[in-house]
Amino acid sequence: MSQRAAFRRKQTLFRWVTVTAVLAFFVLPLLGMLDFTTKVRRGGRTLATWRTLSHVSEISTRYPALKEGFLASLGLCVITVVLMLALLVPTMTWVRLRLPGLSRTVEFICLLPLTVPAIVLVVGLVPVYAWVFYLFNESTLWLALAYVVLVLPYAYRALDAGLRAIDVKTLSEAARSLGASWFTVMWRIVLPNLRTAVLSASFLSVALVLGEFTIANLFSRRNLQVAMYQLGKSDAKISVAVGLVSLVFAFVVLFAMSFVGSGRGGRRARRAAAPAIPAASPAAAAAKES
Amino acid sequence: MTVASPNAARGVAVELIGLRRTYGTVNALDSFDLHLAPGEFVALLGPSGCGKTTALRCLAGLEDPDAGRITIGGRDVTALPTNKRDLGMVFQAYSLFPHMTARQNVEFGLEMRRQDKATRAKRAGDMLDLVGLSTQADRYAHQMSGGQQQRVALARALAISPQVLLLDEPLSALDAKVRTQLRDEIRRIQLEVGTTTLFVTHDQEEALAVADRVGVMRAGKLEQLAAPLELYARPASAFVADFIGLTNRLRGRATGDRAEILGGSVPLLPGSGSGDVEVLIRPEHIDVTPDADGNASVLSASFLGAHGRVTATTDAGEQVLVQVPSASLPDFSPGQRVRLTPRGDAALAVAL
Ligand SMILES: Nc1ncnc2c1ncn2[C@@H]1O[C@H](COP(=O)(O)OP(=O)(O)OP(=O)(O)O)[C@@H](O)[C@H]1O
Ligand SMILES: [Mg+2]
Repeated sequence: MSQRAAFRRKQTLFRWVTVTAVLAFFVLPLLGMLDFTTKVRRGGRTLATWRTLSHVSEISTRYPALKEGFLASLGLCVITVVLMLALLVPTMTWVRLRLPGLSRTVEFICLLPLTVPAIVLVVGLVPVYAWVFYLFNESTLWLALAYVVLVLPYAYRALDAGLRAIDVKTLSEAARSLGASWFTVMWRIVLPNLRTAVLSASFLSVALVLGEFTIANLFSRRNLQVAMYQLGKSDAKISVAVGLVSLVFAFVVLFAMSFVGSGRGGRRARRAAAPAIPAASPAAAAAKES
Repeated sequence: MTVASPNAARGVAVELIGLRRTYGTVNALDSFDLHLAPGEFVALLGPSGCGKTTALRCLAGLEDPDAGRITIGGRDVTALPTNKRDLGMVFQAYSLFPHMTARQNVEFGLEMRRQDKATRAKRAGDMLDLVGLSTQADRYAHQMSGGQQQRVALARALAISPQVLLLDEPLSALDAKVRTQLRDEIRRIQLEVGTTTLFVTHDQEEALAVADRVGVMRAGKLEQLAAPLELYARPASAFVADFIGLTNRLRGRATGDRAEILGGSVPLLPGSGSGDVEVLIRPEHIDVTPDADGNASVLSASFLGAHGRVTATTDAGEQVLVQVPSASLPDFSPGQRVRLTPRGDAALAVAL
C-alpha cells in the first residue's frame, strides 16, 4: 500500500518536473522577446513599442506592409481551413465507408508532407505557381494551395481521431435507410459528430498558417511572418512585439483546443486534439540575433 | 400460408429472387430466393457466416448483389439506392445519432420526408409511446440503456411507416431478460402496424418464438422456409433437423415410409432416404422406462427445470438423449438398464 503511495508520489513529482521543463522551454524565448521589446539602450524600460502596437490605426498607417501581411495571413487561414475540410472530411468519410482497403494509402499520402522539407516542396511547386501566377493573378492567397498540403498531416490526424470515435458506417447506414441523401448524411450526421475533430483540425491549420514563413518568403509573397521579417530589418522592436503577439495567440489557440466541447463531447475532444507545435516564428530568431 | 397480423393488408410483398453475392471466393449468397407475404414476419436463421446479414443488406440496398432481383410491393428496387427504398432498419450495433435526442432521432426520417414540424412532433410522440419511452424523449443515446436505445431505434425505423422493416440481430447486445421482453414487444408492435418484416438472428428460440415463418440458411442458400412448428416437426433436411432443436441420430433400416430403430418403428417424413439410414429423432419423441432387460443403459440424468434429460447408451453403442418429465427423473441413475422406444412421431431419415 505505502509502496504504491510512494510510487504515485514519485510519478506526480516526475510529472511536475516534466511540465515545468517543457513550459520553461516554451516560455523562455517569449520572455526574451518581451525583454527585448521593452529594453532601452542605456538601461531602463519603456512600453513605447507596445503602446504603438495597441493603436491599430497607427500600425496600419506606419507599417502598411505589416497590415498587408496580416490580412493576407488571415485570408490564407480561412481559405486553407475551408479547402482542407472540403477535401479531407468527405474523402476520409468515404474511404471509411466504401473503400476501407484504401485507408492505409490515404493515410500515407496525408502524412507524406511531414517528410518533405518546405524548401523541397517549394522547388516542386515553382512550375505550378509560375503557371498559376501567369494565368490568374499574383495574389498571395494562392499560397493556400501549398498550405493545404502543409497542414494535411495534422488535419488528417485530428479528423482520423474524430472518425474513430464514432461508428460512421452504422450511423450513415441508419441515416440512409431513413431517406437521407449522401449530402445530408455528411452535413447532418457526420459533421456534427466530428465537431470537435473539425475544430482541432482547423485550429492546427490556423496555427500553422499563421506561423508559415519559408514558402511565402521563397515565393516572394508577403504574409504575416514575411512582413515581420522584413520589418525586423528596419524596426526590430515592433517586429519582435508582433511576433510575440502571434506566438502567444497560437499558444492560446492550441491550448483552447484541448478544451473545446469539453461539455458533452469532452472525452472525444481530448482524444481528437493532436499535439502540434506551430512553426517557429522567424521573428523569434531575429530577436536572438539582435 | 397464415399470417397472424390483422393489419397485414397494410404490408407489401417482398421478393428476393436468385440473389448472388460473392466476396472474393466466398459465396455469401448463392441463388438465394426468399418471398415474404404482405405483413409477414419472417426470421432468417442460420449458423454464423451463412449469409443472413448479406441477404438483409441486399434487400436494404446497402450491398449490391452480383446477380438476382429484388422487388418490394411488386416494384423492382434492385437498382434503387437505400434512401429511396422506403425501409426501416434496426441494426445490431447501437445506431442512434449521438448528437440528437431520442425525439430528434425519431423525427429524422420524417424530416427527410419533408413533413412539417407539428406532424413530426406528433408522430414522434406516438412512436415513442408505442415503444414505451415517452418519458425519455429528451435523452441522448449515452443517457439510455442498450435496451432503451434499441427501442428508440425501432421507433425511429417505424416512424416513417416503412414498407419493410429490417432487423439485423437487434437484440444480440442485450442481456437475456431484456432480450425476451423486447422481442415480444417487437412482435406486438409488428402485429399492430402490419409491416412486412425480415428479422435476422442466430438465436433459434428468438426466431421460433416470434416469426410467422422461419427461414433456415446454409452457406448462402435458403434450406427451408416454414412456420416454426412445421420447421421443428417436419424438417426438410438433416441440416435443418440438426440446427433446430436437439436431435438424436440413430442408425436404422428404412423400408417404404417407415424405419426400424430401437426395436420399434417410426413413420418417416417425405424426403427421407431408404435402406441403411440415420434417423433424426427428437429427445421428446423417445420413451424411456426402467427395464432390466432393456436395450440401453443410463449414462447420466440431468435436471433442466420444467423437464429433465436422460442420456443413455444403446447396446449398439449409440448415445441417445431422451426428454423426461422432471418428476420421473429420480427413477434413473447412471448405469441403470432402461428400455428406449420411439413414440411414433414422424422423423426424417437420411441415407448413409
Ligand atoms: N465485406 C465483406 N468482405 C468479405 N467477406 C464478407 C464481407 N461481408 C461478409 N463476408 C463474408 O460473407 C459471408 C456471409 O456473411 P454474413 O455477414 O452475411 O453472415 P451472417 O450469416 O450474417 O453471420 P453472423 O451470424 O455471424 O452475423 C461470410 O463468410 C463472411 O465472411
Ligand atoms: Mg450477421
